[in-house]
Amino acid sequence: MNTIIEIDKLNLFYSDFHALRNVSLEIPEKAITAFIGPSGCGKSTLLRTFNRMNDMIQGTRIEGVCAIGGTDIYSDEVDVETLRKRVGMVFQQPNPFPKSIYDNIAYGPRLHGIKDRKKLDEIVETSLRSAALWEEVKDHLKRSAFSISGGQQQRLCIARALAVEPDILLMDEATSALDPISTLKIEELAQELKDRYTIVMVTHNMHQAARVSQQTVFFLNGEVVEYSDTEQLFSNPNDQRTEDYISGRFG
Amino acid sequence: MREEGIPSGKTAIEGIQKDKRTFKNSRNSIMDKTMPAFLLFCAVISILTTVGIVYILFTETYHFFQKVPFKEFIASGTWSPLFEPKQFGIWPLLSGTLLITVIACLVAIPLGLAAAIYLSEYAPKAVRKVIKPILEVLAGVPTIVYGYFALTFMTPIIRVLFPDVGIFNALSAGIVVGIMIIPMVCSLSEDAMSAVPRSLRDGAYALGATKFEVALKIVVPAAFSGIVASSVLAFSRAIGETMIVTVAAGATPKLTANPFDSIQTMTAYIVQVSLGDTPHGTVEYGSIFAVGATLFLITFVLNIVAQYLAKRFREEY
Ligand SMILES: Nc1ncnc2c1ncn2[C@@H]1O[C@H](COP(=O)(O)OP(=O)(O)OP(=O)(O)O)[C@@H](O)[C@H]1O
Ligand SMILES: [Mg+2]
Repeated sequence: MNTIIEIDKLNLFYSDFHALRNVSLEIPEKAITAFIGPSGCGKSTLLRTFNRMNDMIQGTRIEGVCAIGGTDIYSDEVDVETLRKRVGMVFQQPNPFPKSIYDNIAYGPRLHGIKDRKKLDEIVETSLRSAALWEEVKDHLKRSAFSISGGQQQRLCIARALAVEPDILLMDEATSALDPISTLKIEELAQELKDRYTIVMVTHNMHQAARVSQQTVFFLNGEVVEYSDTEQLFSNPNDQRTEDYISGRFG
Repeated sequence: MREEGIPSGKTAIEGIQKDKRTFKNSRNSIMDKTMPAFLLFCAVISILTTVGIVYILFTETYHFFQKVPFKEFIASGTWSPLFEPKQFGIWPLLSGTLLITVIACLVAIPLGLAAAIYLSEYAPKAVRKVIKPILEVLAGVPTIVYGYFALTFMTPIIRVLFPDVGIFNALSAGIVVGIMIIPMVCSLSEDAMSAVPRSLRDGAYALGATKFEVALKIVVPAAFSGIVASSVLAFSRAIGETMIVTVAAGATPKLTANPFDSIQTMTAYIVQVSLGDTPHGTVEYGSIFAVGATLFLITFVLNIVAQYLAKRFREEY
């Protein structure tokens, strides 16, 4: 498998708090990578470095290399907006815009200059189909995005992210606010999407990581303790701390 | 833990009974009883005052309309209460007020909104911490100060640009009323925009939106009804503004839309008559209540509209 994200000796500071310590990591293309680890260990922080959402937090400082597709995304010539178009994100809480379902999906493409109505219609439909939501909402695209259920809203947010045709999809505990059935739907969806997109997901649910991911990364206190093939990490971890965590002895 | 609370050798009931005396209120219970009554009294006084004002306003207005036909009030285009033949058509005063208000809003809403967008979306925390209190102080400057600012600063500038304009004109007063309400528009709009959840902004940033796009296409629409509510409040504040227009806009009731004209607003008329030696009980005296009641109705309706919009905006996301 090709590597798409390559991180080398990455350190991140929130003002004087050292949140990521010497992280080195490779993330394979067109596969699902899961980040696991106890709360506060830096999973979201690392995820947000991939689309530079940390830039928005005052006092953040980054050292080391984070390369996507061979380009260091923190170098000067990188345009943050273009980067974020390529690296989509889905958040913990569904966060649809207070607009119609249609306009939620069309927001990104419009932002990037697509005005043609036909083309937008097409994008809306394909994105909603990709997010397995089309059948449920196709008859009321003009309704407010708040009129659908939380699980549907989360799939709407996935569709919204897909609408700008990213290469990578970041999901930060995207199912933790959802009921088991919606969670299952999104897991299935992720399985389907991984043939076309690289997915990196943070999860607190180790079963979820084991179920859906191909690679798993275990974090502790801002460090990557180990990362490997999901099956191997769960059945035969190299590090004692990993074993303690996955067997539920702490965290 | 539990064992510690109950001394050994005693049953739980004994332990509770022993604690009983601590339930007595050792503080002054008279205060507890009288305070609510006192607070209620204060609330009632302020309500009664308002009721009293409204009562006087409308009874006097009623008396006025016994002497002057209501039809003249709403149909005549002339307001000349102080000269013969006396005429009481509200339109000149209403148009004066409207002219000032429109000019003021044209100044205040764009500037206030721009400032609010800056404060809520761009300004670093430190800057916001300094500017917000300054805005609140600005909102507390006595309006008479703004009045003389209009007369001695704004008017001369206007007269340099347009030499034909008289000393008293609607433009100068309108602009300065606008300047006066900028802090209010800014502060209220900023509140509305800050109330837009971060997650919405993050969602847009994650799609590759720039700061400006997030501000304009996410934050402003999401805060829209709050922004409209602040604009309506500003509008009603401009309508009620008195000192600036009394000092700088002139005392010529005139049905006009020309900002360079000297005009008179409803509020300025009320000041003029109250300060003069018009005897109690005359028609002129009564007219200020009719004008006051008109003013009251307009601002009352506007405030209700603003509150309705503000409530809607709270429920939106
Ligand atoms: N904006 C911030 N400013 C300062 N410190 C922060 C900020 N965001 C996160 N941190 C700190 O950085 C560390 C890592 O946070 P992060 O959110 O990445 O953890 P996480 O692994 O995602 O945790 P969780 O599983 O609870 O979401 C935590 O100790 C947190 O307190
Ligand atoms: Mg997190």
